[in-house]
Amino acid sequence: MSLLRKISAKPWEHAGELEGLHGAFTPGQSAGRTGLYMFLAVVTSFFLLFMVTYYTRMQFPDWEMLADPKILWANTAVLILASLALQLASNAAKKHEFSRMRNWLLAGGILTLVFIGGQWVAWEQLVASGYYARSNPANAFFYLFTGLHALHLAGGIWFMALLGFRLNQPNRREQVPSSVTLCATYWHYLLLVWLVLFTLLLRT
Amino acid sequence: MSYVAIADRDHEQHMHDPQTFITKYIWSQDHKVIAIQYSLTAIAVGLVALVLSLVMRLQLGFPDTFSFISPDEYYQAITMHGMIMVIYLLTALLLGGFGNYLIPLMCGARDMVFPFMNMLSYWVYLLSVLVLCASFFVTGGPTGGGWTLYPPQVILPGTPGVGGGIVLMLLSLVLFIVAFTMGGLNYVTTVLQARCRGMTLMRMPLSVWGIFVATILGLLAFPALLVTGIMLLLDSVIGTSFFMPALLSMGEASEYDGGSPILFQHLFWFFGHPEVYIVALPAFGVISDLVATHARKNIFGYRMMVWAILAIGVISFIVWAHHMYVSGMNPYFGFFFATTTLIIAIPTALKVYNWVLTLWRGDIHLTVPMLFVIGFIFTFINGGITGLFLGNVAVDMPLSDTYFVIGHFHMVMGVSPILVIFGAIYHWYPKITGRMLNDRMGRIHFWATLFGTYAIYLPMHYLGILGLPRRYYAMGDTSFIPDSAQAMNAGISIAAFFVAAVQLIFLFNLFWSRTRGAPSGGNPWNATTLEWQTPQTPPVHGNWGPDLPVVYRWAYDYSVPGAKNDFIPQTMAPEDVPTSDDSYDGSEGAHS
Amino acid sequence: MAVALGILVLVIITVLFHFLSPWWFTPLAADWASMDLTVDLTFWVTGVVFIILNLFLVWVIVKYRHRKGVRAHYEPESHRLEWWLTVITSIGVIAMLAPGLWVWARVVDVPDDAAEVEVIGQQWHWSFRFPGEDGVLGQTDVFLMNVDNPFGMRPDDPAGRDDILISNPELHLPIGQSYKFVLRSKDVLHNFTVPQFRVKMDLVPGMTPYAWLKPTVAGRYDIMCEELCGIAHYAMRGAVVVEEQAAFEDWLATYPTYAQVLDRPPPDLAAGQAQYAVCSACHGAQGEGNEMLNAPRLAGQGGWYLRRQLENFKHGIRGGDARDSFGAQMAPMAAVLADDVAMANVVAYMESLPDSDPPDTISGDTARGEVIYRTCLSCHGAEGQGIWSQNAPRLNGINDWYLARQLENYRQGIRGSHLQDLYGKQMSLMSIMLRDEQAVRDVVAYINTL
Repeated sequence: MSLLRKISAKPWEHAGELEGLHGAFTPGQSAGRTGLYMFLAVVTSFFLLFMVTYYTRMQFPDWEMLADPKILWANTAVLILASLALQLASNAAKKHEFSRMRNWLLAGGILTLVFIGGQWVAWEQLVASGYYARSNPANAFFYLFTGLHALHLAGGIWFMALLGFRLNQPNRREQVPSSVTLCATYWHYLLLVWLVLFTLLLRT
Repeated sequence: MSYVAIADRDHEQHMHDPQTFITKYIWSQDHKVIAIQYSLTAIAVGLVALVLSLVMRLQLGFPDTFSFISPDEYYQAITMHGMIMVIYLLTALLLGGFGNYLIPLMCGARDMVFPFMNMLSYWVYLLSVLVLCASFFVTGGPTGGGWTLYPPQVILPGTPGVGGGIVLMLLSLVLFIVAFTMGGLNYVTTVLQARCRGMTLMRMPLSVWGIFVATILGLLAFPALLVTGIMLLLDSVIGTSFFMPALLSMGEASEYDGGSPILFQHLFWFFGHPEVYIVALPAFGVISDLVATHARKNIFGYRMMVWAILAIGVISFIVWAHHMYVSGMNPYFGFFFATTTLIIAIPTALKVYNWVLTLWRGDIHLTVPMLFVIGFIFTFINGGITGLFLGNVAVDMPLSDTYFVIGHFHMVMGVSPILVIFGAIYHWYPKITGRMLNDRMGRIHFWATLFGTYAIYLPMHYLGILGLPRRYYAMGDTSFIPDSAQAMNAGISIAAFFVAAVQLIFLFNLFWSRTRGAPSGGNPWNATTLEWQTPQTPPVHGNWGPDLPVVYRWAYDYSVPGAKNDFIPQTMAPEDVPTSDDSYDGSEGAHS
Repeated sequence: MAVALGILVLVIITVLFHFLSPWWFTPLAADWASMDLTVDLTFWVTGVVFIILNLFLVWVIVKYRHRKGVRAHYEPESHRLEWWLTVITSIGVIAMLAPGLWVWARVVDVPDDAAEVEVIGQQWHWSFRFPGEDGVLGQTDVFLMNVDNPFGMRPDDPAGRDDILISNPELHLPIGQSYKFVLRSKDVLHNFTVPQFRVKMDLVPGMTPYAWLKPTVAGRYDIMCEELCGIAHYAMRGAVVVEEQAAFEDWLATYPTYAQVLDRPPPDLAAGQAQYAVCSACHGAQGEGNEMLNAPRLAGQGGWYLRRQLENFKHGIRGGDARDSFGAQMAPMAAVLADDVAMANVVAYMESLPDSDPPDTISGDTARGEVIYRTCLSCHGAEGQGIWSQNAPRLNGINDWYLARQLENYRQGIRGSHLQDLYGKQMSLMSIMLRDEQAVRDVVAYINTL
């Protein structure tokens, strides 16, 4: 509602008043956080449209369900652990405990790589049992969803590696903790996306 | 997500100014340099698209004359012309160019909040343009499937560029979307997080509002294009059947089966219609600032203007299927989409009224930017009105896919934004370079462009009513098209060449005035907004002096009763405003 | 000031153009007068807004242009004025939308007494199918489509047996009878448009959209494809003939049902050979052609194409042009073939003749010809082998002097200008791209290399 009030203000009536106006900055909320949230909105739009497309395409008669590889369950567990590790890294970051933060980051990164590797194994299993992308749209969507999701995680890992480098640069070291918090948010978000995608893939 | 804690920036003061030519003009992170890079690249690729339109007009005007235009080349020309103009020129120029230049300056920021990402955005954009242009040089040439890239035909034999062209086109679009997202996150975050002290949302100039909301639309709508692009790429390259049904191709059943071409269209237009407003909203914003400044009057109904921008932004997501009334989708959708489409006309009409009402009882300085404003209002009224024909499903049916549609969208999305862009360049050129653009050349440019483009597009509406189908390489003999229509087509082509030639004057003016233009000073138009209050003109890296500006008022304090001058800059505290009752001289310093 | 005058001039030009331009809707030939009415209504509503708004703009510019010492009025907003403008605009919008939706409700609602006809689009032709006596269209399948079953009819569907197959881009309709057009595409998107009928709708492969109308005025109208469907999109033409019921029935009776197509006896090669004796006088015993007699090679050409040309010659659709003296020689010869059976037999015999390569007689710039041929190959195939589904005959192995002559004939409208030669018309539209005789020689020289 405050937005509604904000945009119904008559700006010409109160020249000069600065009190309260400075609040436009929403103190404590960093640009990085806003940027990340906007980015997550973009990614949400991206995956949501894919899911809508998936549902629509499902209605056509040539749709054949595919047997989801069992390894996906294990992968899901790994991704949850990765997200947990990131959360612990973020907690450490808030207390400026650099070594603990670094360790948890590392753990989260490795777990994520394991997840991506696990997804690759799932692909191999599907290909081995003859579920080719071009033979049915359900298969194609499976590869597409898992691939794009893994691509987003890979982007996160790239960013995480960047943070690792920064930790070794004395002049940029202090910026790292706030970035780690963002990193954790991103991981939680991608976990959520995966859970939604996984449910969708399982049920159809 | 590389980010710099912008809040600390002001105290740190280590904006380490780039010194060498390379860091200053090539690998620059300065939003102003990036804006220029974006603009020049967009204009350059826009000129390519302009030449392509001339190729089309040669064929349409004189259908059996020029041996270098085969049907393949004609369809490649229309496809690339449309795609380049909509995406690589208008979107890039209005958001990448104007957005980059204006947002930090108008919000009182030193730069975008993520300068490195901003630089990256430009370079990826440039890469996308290069990939697009590369498709002219591969075997088979660029795709000729129409700018809407409708499957199945766009990836089937019988359409030019089916091998390399379409793949490069889709790759280029993916790159463009990546570039736009990096830029767009910057624009939105900068507006939300880096406004200077006192700059509330409702004190922002409408240019910023327009660009801000357009960017949000872009961020949410471009993913739809990305989704379609990725899936079409897979259909084309590895043979999936997302959009491809069972079909006959070159006498044999293809391996595709079960896909839905209509699904593609829904996704495409879910992006495609907001795209119209991604172009229109920044233009709306810029025109509002231009009209207020040059009519020396506050924009009439500022709040309504903001609300209208927001309303248009929201509604633009639920009107997409008005592009699909005759697409074979469930015809009952027509009721819903016709209604939403005509509803969106209401806030749009209010914006037009408010521009005219801003002029009403104003002090209109007929400067070159003002001429373009007036030209825009005229063409936009015209183009908006024909939109009411095409938005209304039963009226659309006889007109759909005819020259009427071409006339409509060129009037509303071609001529109108281009007039805004020209007006804006005449308006802000002094800030960018410190020199005025030549006035006489500007006026010739305006008159020739306005009358020339009207001569092109007005007749097209009537040819469309007659029933001339669009995207026809040649009309041939029909029972209903008289010879006069062909004569008109030739006339349109001549007008098109005239308009294109006139743009050379503008380009010459840009270069000539760079060194020969009259020095402009810091605020030649006596404008209130922040970008005109920078300590240096052109603004240096970091924009402001040691201290960020402080804003005390909204962006439109023109001709405030009791004030001595007819404008009060946003940075002027109430106690500093010189007052006077009778010693007013409205024209001082203004170029009129 | 000049700009006020400029806008005024533009408004006057627009209004004059509206009333004086010779281009307006084609005369209506279906009962969609309501659609025209909504267009007129929209013109009046928006026209009034256009004029008022722009004249106000002109007045404002004149009245409030900069004058020394005059200051702009200060008024940030006027709620009352904005409120009024919103209300008036909304009323205008409703005035246009409500009738529009009312008409649309008619468009989507097919009347019960409407008969059905299927319109089939393919790159780049039209064909049609009537449901026959049972009133039900049989099922089709893309994977069954071939040169003998271009409609992809399913032999196992009894509803399809009595369907009447119109392998011709010309459709006839009885006057005064409502028709529901069931739209089917074999390949890409197309759009069925007859400007005089007003309604139009896309053909989408994998779906069957529809449109309906009642033809009210007898006449012959063009069918235009209005959805980009590839490089020959602009050449995808057809015709609708609206006529009295009796004439319509006569026309319909000339086309076979699917059952009749299935029941056709196999061609009798021996009978065909006997009939071919007449042909061999000019075209040679092996169908090898004879340049001295201006008779092209027949061997190797697709039977479906030979058959159509024989029909065209027989019915004066080809060879009737006064400038086509060679075609005129062929016309009476084709008339010798008395009936369908005779024609089928002789065509079957021609198809059985041995394939061989005729000598080249035309030379040209093959590099330039290759560039030109890029357009041709979309129909005739990369090897010039001809593609039945595009209705494009084989070009390689055909006498080059014959190809050059036919291309010239197309270019000059000697061939393809007969109203009923819609396939020929397509080729004549394509031949627009051959701007001069040299282009013809170049492309024929290139075809020689295939």
